[in-house]
Amino acid sequence: MRLFWVWALILALAACGPADQSATSPAPGADNILRIGNGAEPQTLDPHRAEGVPESNILRDLFEGLVGEAPDGSLVPGAAQSWTVSDDGLIYTFILRPDARWSNGEAVTAGDFEFGLRRSVDPATLSRYSSILFPILNAEAVINGELPTTELGVRALDDNTLRIELNSPTAYLPGLLTHSTTYPVHRASVAAAGERFARPGSLVGNGAYQLSEWTVQSHVRLDRNPYYRDAANTQIDTVYYYAIENPDAELKRYRADELDITGALPYQQLDWVRENLGEELVISPYLGSYYFGFNLTRPPFKDARALRTALAMAIDREILTQRVAGAGEIAAYGWVPPVAGYTGQQPEWANWTQAERNARAQALYAEAGYSATNPLRVEVLYNTNENHKRMSVAIASMWKQVLGVETSLLNQEWKVFLETRNQKSDTQVFRAGWIADYNDAYSFAQLMHSKNEQNDSGYVSAEYDALLDKAAVEQDPTVRAGYLEAAERELLADLPIMPVYFYVSKHLVKPRVQGFVPNIMDHHATRHLSLNGD
Amino acid sequence: MNRPAEIVAPPGRSLWSDAWRVLRRNRAAMTALLLLATMTLLVIVGPWLSAFSFDATDWDRISEPPSLASGHWFGTDALGRDLFVRTLYGGRISLLVGAVATAVSLLIGISYGAIAGYVGGRVDQVMMRIVDILYALPFMFLVILLMVLFGRNIVLIFFAIGAINWLDMARIVRGQAMSLRSKEYVEAARAGGVRTGRIIFRHIVPNLLGVVIVYATLTVPQVILVESFLSFLGLGVQEPMTSWGALVNEGAQELENAPWMLLFPATWLALTLFCFNFVGDGLRDALDPRDRQG
Amino acid sequence: MAAPQNQPVLRFAVQRLLGAIPTLLVLIALAFFLIRLAPGGPFDSEKQLPPEIETKLRAAYNLDDPLPMQLGRYLLNIAQGDFGPSFQYRDFTVSELIATGFPVSLRLGSLAMAIALLLGITAGTLAALRQNRPADYTIMGAAMTGISIPNFVLAPLLVLVFAVWLGWLPAGGLGDGSLRYLVLPVIALALPQVAYIARLTRGSMIEVLRSPFIRTARAQGLATHTIILRHALKPALLPVVSYLGPALAAIITGSVVVEQIFGVPGLGRFFVQGALNRDYTLVMGVVVFYGSLIIALNFIVDLVYGWLDPRLRQV
Repeated sequence: MRLFWVWALILALAACGPADQSATSPAPGADNILRIGNGAEPQTLDPHRAEGVPESNILRDLFEGLVGEAPDGSLVPGAAQSWTVSDDGLIYTFILRPDARWSNGEAVTAGDFEFGLRRSVDPATLSRYSSILFPILNAEAVINGELPTTELGVRALDDNTLRIELNSPTAYLPGLLTHSTTYPVHRASVAAAGERFARPGSLVGNGAYQLSEWTVQSHVRLDRNPYYRDAANTQIDTVYYYAIENPDAELKRYRADELDITGALPYQQLDWVRENLGEELVISPYLGSYYFGFNLTRPPFKDARALRTALAMAIDREILTQRVAGAGEIAAYGWVPPVAGYTGQQPEWANWTQAERNARAQALYAEAGYSATNPLRVEVLYNTNENHKRMSVAIASMWKQVLGVETSLLNQEWKVFLETRNQKSDTQVFRAGWIADYNDAYSFAQLMHSKNEQNDSGYVSAEYDALLDKAAVEQDPTVRAGYLEAAERELLADLPIMPVYFYVSKHLVKPRVQGFVPNIMDHHATRHLSLNGD
Repeated sequence: MNRPAEIVAPPGRSLWSDAWRVLRRNRAAMTALLLLATMTLLVIVGPWLSAFSFDATDWDRISEPPSLASGHWFGTDALGRDLFVRTLYGGRISLLVGAVATAVSLLIGISYGAIAGYVGGRVDQVMMRIVDILYALPFMFLVILLMVLFGRNIVLIFFAIGAINWLDMARIVRGQAMSLRSKEYVEAARAGGVRTGRIIFRHIVPNLLGVVIVYATLTVPQVILVESFLSFLGLGVQEPMTSWGALVNEGAQELENAPWMLLFPATWLALTLFCFNFVGDGLRDALDPRDRQG
Repeated sequence: MAAPQNQPVLRFAVQRLLGAIPTLLVLIALAFFLIRLAPGGPFDSEKQLPPEIETKLRAAYNLDDPLPMQLGRYLLNIAQGDFGPSFQYRDFTVSELIATGFPVSLRLGSLAMAIALLLGITAGTLAALRQNRPADYTIMGAAMTGISIPNFVLAPLLVLVFAVWLGWLPAGGLGDGSLRYLVLPVIALALPQVAYIARLTRGSMIEVLRSPFIRTARAQGLATHTIILRHALKPALLPVVSYLGPALAAIITGSVVVEQIFGVPGLGRFFVQGALNRDYTLVMGVVVFYGSLIIALNFIVDLVYGWLDPRLRQV
């Protein structure tokens, strides 16, 4: 009897799911529905407050900036059909497309962009990424609350013309204008829904898709925006962005045909994936640099260039990239990854054999006063993550084999790690990585400027700073690149950091997905994709 | 010498020698005990039997299957480290966590639960209110916070896990103590004027051992599993040190391409837990007071 | 044996309800200070904030007031049912997040618990009846396997076999909320609990079966199943019931591993994500909610315990 009641309870529970589970999931391989693994849960879909990669992937479908990106990542006209630059490089004038529409059918005007940019730099918006807009005239003062938002160097001259004034010539401005902090927002809906407008029902965008569903920790569903200016050429009707943080779980869902594109790949299973899903694996260079930093503010690395050089030489980057990381990462001897219009710099030992490097490293190590009886004892800090763990263990092992360094490893969870690293008081060697916000060498170079908040090594070099400051105001792209290249040479002579590799992006893409073009920013707007009916 | 206390444990027949006699007859328990002792011994001395050190990487032997020829009896991991040595090293940590944390939780839990359950009334209410408060504090949250605060010190974490786990013990012991309280021999002892403290530790606690031991054998694996859960979240022991939990977690991610990375540590882990189970059951039978009345 | 009386039970209930208030207050204060004690703040990120924005952010979340004042404001707000905005998921309030996560957790958790109870008690009883015989060893061996396989091994294994290889069930997500999406997560959640409950039931059932009143019943020639169901089961379930309150709470909220691996949007992930991201309000909200839930569950467990062991009612 009792068993009966238990079973009755189980059946009742199973049958009466929560009422709001009306959300429907696409059947495997259903037509015209794209399913994407998108990493972490988006923190917000407010374009001016978003900061992470998962958010920007979704926002790229929901909004369109003045400048757009082609499938290969090259810059093309976006919401603006054309633009002109003044001779001194300080004033950009954008002509908007007359046929641009919001997802509620209203026209997109220059005033919407003016409003968007002002909202982005308004301290009241609490944007965490607005500092990226510093090149715009008065942006810094507005963000710091010293000037009203109306003083920002952005003006809507009429409904179709927008003028942006800059502090100094900024060659990468068009690239910057693809970033979500520059997106327009629909004034009436922001005013009506307030701070939390970025939700289904109240979010009005000007992109190819509109937001129709958002279940936190599960998925975001977008459906095509019928008013989008290029709706006729948009192929896919519906796209699901799934929040899946565990790459192993993501791979299984991909294999079970529940995803069309994965956002990440578990490093441990790369070989397996290559062997079994090789055709669907898409790997391409990505604009990021993976490195370890030395804390220059205290011993043992303060004023110890020989020691830093020894450590940087003693790691075998071929092994680290091919056997430890193993996705085709590019061994890095310099700091700036390959970007357009820039020649990456390398120290001369980049061309030596590893045996030569090891020999030189041992000599430098001895020169720095260490030996087998008096080994360097050092702590390597990394944030909790399988890949960083493997990398740190491997580097510690190489230092021990080549130099006899006694390394202890310490992993901290992300928030603690950030604080420890930034305080520069406990760290000795720390793991770091930097992904560019825009396709320009300056995005990397500025990180090592002595005034940069994220200069976690505490690197201070008057020469380096001077070269960067010159590059910031230089208008001629070749001369500017020359300054930045000289700065990188300076950096590599001092070695406040130890470059390890340049990132690659890694995705699994089902054969039915068409138009997925690898690009250095790893941006893949859904409107460029289409699905093969099987 | 005719106080009721001696009804349960008459002089001349020690509780433990009796128990040992019963336990020796239990073949499953004895086998498990022997196995457990062997494994513990291996975990302690085993690493010296292998030519490899637990943190030495070998870039030419990454993720190699087990082989007698190469000397990697359990194969190697993704960094070319010998899994045999790592499994044994991991065992040291896991067994240590299990032992220390369980001891801590038993010590606190039994004393606390027995006192609350036996004394009852207002004392019980206050003591249980404290337990309720601690219970309502999410356990994982506490562990995560503790890992964040004391991340560098693994010993503190053993104690932290133990100090949190005692709550279950206290509740179970309290429940049992409450029902024991009304048993005839306890009431007789009370009527005979035996002091409360003495009743608790001479009459209540020994009679709780059945339950306590069953629970303790559940606590050791539980604690080892908590450690492995922390490893899953990346909050476990620091590399290159390892634990069974950390090894199993790594292995679980390479289920298909390197099954030995899961198989060996998982087998050791499971075998250990099995043995604890059988030893615990054997002890339960051996320590049950009713069996000794005959 | 006193006959069941409504009066003491009612008084007990009111007492417990009133007693829950200070419990919750202590809990809130403890959690409030602990999370703020942890290194790292909610606004730390790889990209450093301009100082002005950081100041504004702190002001917007009232983080600059003295701690006691913050705590006071927080208590005032939750008294009105306002858990505040989430620091991390900025488009949602904490109440909204709990409202979406809890039904999912509850459904998964109670299904898993119901299955665990049914299987666990049955298995434990069978093993006790066949103590030290092959059936006992088989059942308890299987139970121990259930305990000794960590969730994070079991879950991917289940997905691999049933979703990837066989293609019978979905690999993750809740989909349309239908039963097939729940099967694997529920199994992964229930299996270790089955093992625990079977162990507990077996242990106490063996003791009960040896007690004089069962021997008497046996001597009277009653059938085994009658003895078990009518007489032995109730007292033998005492330890199981003790275990139930915390187990249910843990299963509902603590299924982080299962939620993460199956991509299920439950409460457990909010909790861990909240703690890791220093999302003060979300962590506090989940803690308060969880705390209230456990207090309620413990209260129910005590009632059930009293029903199973009538002597307690005289207290």
